[in-house]
Order: sequence, then structure tokens, then C-alpha cells
Amino acid sequence: MLANLRQVFRYRALISSLVARELKARYRGSVLGFFWTFANPLLLLGIYTFVFTVVMPGARVGARLEPYALFLLCGILPWTWFQTSVLESCTVLVAGGNLIRKVLFPAEILPIVTVLTGLANFAFSLLILAAFLAYYARPVSVGEMAWLPVIVLVQLTFTLGLSLLLSSLTVHFRDLRDLVGNLMTLWFWGTPIIYSMSQAPERFHRLLELNPLTHLMVAYQSVLFLEGPFEAWPGLLWLGAASVVLLAVAYFVFDRLRDTLAEEV
Amino acid sequence: MHAVEVRDVRKIYRRYGRRKSFGTLKSALLSGGVLRNLRPDSTFLALDGVSVDVVAGRTVGIIGRNGSGKSSLLKLIAGIGKPTSGTVHVSGRVSALIELGAGFHPEISGRENVFINGMMLGLSKAEIGRRFDDIVAFAELGDFIDEPVKTYSSGMYMRLGFAVAINVDPDVLLVDEVLAVGDEAFTHKCLEKFAEFRRRGKTIVLVTHTLDLVTRLCDEALWLDGGRVRAHGDPKRVVDAYLLEVAGAENQPTAGPPPQAVEPGSNGAGRWGSKDAEIEQVELLRPDGQPSHVFESGQPMRIRVRVRAPRPLHDFVFGIGIFTADGVCCFGTNTDIEGGVPRELSGAGEFTVDIDRLDLVAGAYKLDVAVHRQDGVPYDYHRLLYSFRVASPVKDTGIYRPRHTWTFGGGIAISQPPPGGQS
Repeated sequence: MLANLRQVFRYRALISSLVARELKARYRGSVLGFFWTFANPLLLLGIYTFVFTVVMPGARVGARLEPYALFLLCGILPWTWFQTSVLESCTVLVAGGNLIRKVLFPAEILPIVTVLTGLANFAFSLLILAAFLAYYARPVSVGEMAWLPVIVLVQLTFTLGLSLLLSSLTVHFRDLRDLVGNLMTLWFWGTPIIYSMSQAPERFHRLLELNPLTHLMVAYQSVLFLEGPFEAWPGLLWLGAASVVLLAVAYFVFDRLRDTLAEEV
Repeated sequence: MHAVEVRDVRKIYRRYGRRKSFGTLKSALLSGGVLRNLRPDSTFLALDGVSVDVVAGRTVGIIGRNGSGKSSLLKLIAGIGKPTSGTVHVSGRVSALIELGAGFHPEISGRENVFINGMMLGLSKAEIGRRFDDIVAFAELGDFIDEPVKTYSSGMYMRLGFAVAINVDPDVLLVDEVLAVGDEAFTHKCLEKFAEFRRRGKTIVLVTHTLDLVTRLCDEALWLDGGRVRAHGDPKRVVDAYLLEVAGAENQPTAGPPPQAVEPGSNGAGRWGSKDAEIEQVELLRPDGQPSHVFESGQPMRIRVRVRAPRPLHDFVFGIGIFTADGVCCFGTNTDIEGGVPRELSGAGEFTVDIDRLDLVAGAYKLDVAVHRQDGVPYDYHRLLYSFRVASPVKDTGIYRPRHTWTFGGGIAISQPPPGGQS
């Protein structure tokens, strides 16, 4: 397992080239390539903003969520990274079956590339967020911004762990992908993205806190949107520690299934 | 030194049978027990106790029917997949030409694909940069290298894939039938590249159905049958044994006795075939009609062969081949190549081949004599069984000595012109 990990490290140049390739292929294939990546989050942004500010403004009563579009963006962008990475990881090994069967290279590179490509897209999408921050002339606290890399790192670790686990398991259980696809909808609504934690009834807080993504979203929202100091950092750090464990377990499972991959994809 | 050591390797593929198509997490959960579903329905033994050593610098051809385990063995040597039991050891860098251009991304340029493909095959960016021009030159892509790969013709795609894989500069090159897909020019280029590899002392393992390639290119052949090694040794001998069996399976009534197991090693000399026709005697005659083993360079030689067919045959070809002592083919021909149409061979017969001028340099030579079917299935193959010496007062080198003369002009003065072709 450690030898394989070292091998992944040796292939880092390949990983970065593959990420660059994915990005280039996406943005070169179509005129609006860059736009398409963010079309879905922007569409969601438009819909939810319209619904909750025009159609039923009452839903936001009591929460300090102005401007709502900016609040939404803080959650939707990292969610998009998480969702696309996890869903794509479910198919990435089967789609790259040709490589696994015909070329000798570590298969975990494929889900890693998927997650890192998502990270790169997320980084680009922060430009949109920056534009929104500038438009609404939001004050940005440098001290809080320092947390942003930490939050991203925790999300990266968590997403990587989940993606590695799912990518190897979907090779054996093809319907896992459909299951994950449906769970994603549930997960989206079970995470404070379009609503804030303070809006959720008190008795559901314990339940919401069991959701790892809650801690991430709360962290993003506190740092980028809410005024006042970032107080939820213990939850974030706990999630970070749990994510490291998840990643280790996921890599172990992947490593165990490695030899069956070339035969099953 | 062995470049490849395969020891007692078994490879079992698991088949999930019918459940595979419904083999999902849902059914695994419903039937109670995810782990049970991971257990296969049946297993398929692809390789059953295969042991092979390949000496560094040798070219080995693996032949056998479809499903005999050739590609499985090659993949194990390449490190794609692990043997169920046994060990595979390869020394040096391996490059596997299993599918050309596997991993090319259609949307990005050939240039970027070369870098990514090269890195997948284990090169560093700097190494690829150094070889980049060679790769593009070999692939004959020119300016197309900066176009997206999806715009390439299939020939360009294959050439580029081959060029990258070959420029990994492996110590051991594994090739799986990639030559079957190219056109004449591409195949020729690949073969030239293989020849260059051989000259540089690299090891090549080749899986192919083109038996002709095995006899022409390989130092030894390995015949796999049902996951086991049937024969390993001299390529001509192994290929013929294989052909004989394939013919036997196709045409049971006229099948000869099964081929004897072929021993690897020695110098490859031997005799095999179905014996539907037999070579009874081979004589080498000097111009005066006397049998001999020593011939003057540039003088005539006659090969006289007596054959006998117990039952009349209508499909037969006579062939001869002259080899140097270390096995390089100097000349080979047969009645089929030269346009002879067989009518009948029954009972005893005799044929002679007259060589007007034996234009070979001095040395020891060996002779193949064969009678076989038009598709190559041997009736009686005498491999390197006859030897003769060519004597010459001139100690020139090489194999072929064309008739030649030296002429000098201008300020050159050589008192005694060296003897020409006619010594």
C-alpha cells in the first residue's frame, strides 16, 4: 500500500497534465466551454434567488440573508465541486477501462484527476464569487479569509476519500452510481445551502450536524458571507480529522480491489 | 541473463456468469451478503502452470489459437494484472504495445497527447521533450501534431501511438498483434524498428497470428495451447508443429501422427512432419557428379533429393533453404514461390536443384529440405540436417560474394590486382 502511494507521488506530473488536459478539453471543445461549467450553478442560483426573493419571500423571514444571491453562491459553488467529483468518480474507472486494461499505470490516478479537475473549476468559479462580493461591496476580513484554504483542504480530503471509495466499488456494483445519483438530491436538501443553519428548527440541528457537508457549508458561509468571527472552526477541524481517516480507509479498499479492476472494468 | 522469468504461473479469471448482468448492489443486498456476491460463479483457467525464460536480447514469438492464453501471458509480463499463483519477473524497463494510442484524448492536440501518453508509459516530461522530434518524425505527422487527435486518420493515430510506445526505449518490448491493423508501409516501418531493437540487444516478446513473422523475425517461438506451453524452441520447428496440429484439427481423416513434443534449445536441427510424403535421401553433388561436402565458391552445386509418398498427393511443395552456421538464412525458395503447380506425387520420385554458381564466401553452411502442403503444413521437414563447406582461397567476409572485378585508373598503382569474384 505504501509502495503504491509512493508510485502515485511519482506520477504527479502525469496527474497535473491530466488535469490540464481535462480542463483544456472541456474549454476547447465548445465556444461557451467555460460558461457551461458554471451554467448549472448559475441556473440554480437564478432559480432559487427568484423563488425565495420574488415568489415566496416569506420563506426567508427572520434570517439575515441579504443579499440572498451571494449567500446561495457561497454554498452552491463548493457543492457543485463536491457533487460533480463524486458522481464522475462513479464512472471514471469504467470509462477509462481501456487504460486500466491496456496500460500499466495506477488506476487511482483517474478519480484523483477527477477531484482535482473539480477543484480547478471551483477555483475558477471563485472569480464569479469575487465579482459578486465586489458588486455588493461586501467587507472582506483578511483574518477570516485565511480560513478559506483550510476549508478547501478539508473538502478536498473528504471528496477524495469518498471518490476513491465509490470509484472502486462501482466497478463491482454498477448500480451504486444510480444510488449515489439519487442520494445526491437528498444530500443537497439535507445540507444548509439554500437555507442557513439558523433557519433550520432547533431539533434538527443535531441531525444536520451529522452531515459532514454541513460543517463545510457553514464554514464557507461564515467566512465569505456572514459578518462576525468564524466560530464554527472546531466542527471543521473534526471533519478534517475524520476525512483523513476516510481517505486512508478508502485508499485501503481501493488498494485491495486494485487487482480485480483490470478484469472487471 | 534472463530478461523475463515466468515461473509456474497460473491465472484464473473469475466469471460472474448470469448474475453478472444483474450483479448489482441491490441484488447483493437483497440476496443477503455483499461478500457472497463477490464470489464468482465459475472460474476460467487462462494460464495453467506456465514457465518461460527469455534470455535478454532474444526475440520470442508467442503463437497459439484464440483463447490459448497468449494475451493473458503478455499482460502478466507487462504487469497489468497479477498471476493467481507463480511469479513473473522482468528486468529493465518494459513497454507494452497492447493497444496503440490507448489513452489518447480526442479533443486535445497530438503534442499534448504525446506528453501524457509518454508519462503514462513511465517517461518524465524532460525525457519526452528530448524524444519528441523523433516521435513526430516516426509518426510522419508534420504539422498535424498540433491538431486535435480526433482529426487524425486511423493510420496517423496508430503511428503516433506506436511512436510514443517505441520511444519509451524499453529493455523489454511486448507486442500484441498491433501489426495486424496497419497498412503495408506501417507494418514495414514497425518491423524495421523491431530489427533496430534487436540489433541493440533488446528483448522482444511478440504475440501474433502471423506465423510467417515468427519464423522471419524471432529467435524462438512459444506455442501456448489451453493455457499450457506446448512447445518452445526453434521458430520454424514450433510453427510447423503448430500448423500440423491446426491442419489435423481441421481435417481429421488425413491427419498425421501428432507432432512430437519439441525440445527447446539445441541448434534447432531436426525433422518433423506428417510423413504423408517422406524425404528419403538428400545428396549434394559436385560438378563432376560426385557427392561431396566441400564446394568451391563460385562453382556449381547440385542438390538431389529422393522423395516417396505412400499414397498419391495432389497438394505438395518442395523447398530448400541455405543457412549460415549461425542460422542466418542466405537463400530459400520452393516450387510454389517459383510458380510450380503441383499435379501429383505418388510413389518414389526425385528432384534436383542446380545452383549454377555458389556465390558464397568461405565457411560452413547448412541446408533445409522440405516437402509440405501449399499452406505450409509440413509432410517432412528436414531442418538444418545437411551441412557443407564452401572453400575459397580468398578470405573475404560476409555471406554473399557477387562476381566482381576491380579496375583502377588515374594515379592509383596496384601491382597485382586482387583476384576478383572468379578465384
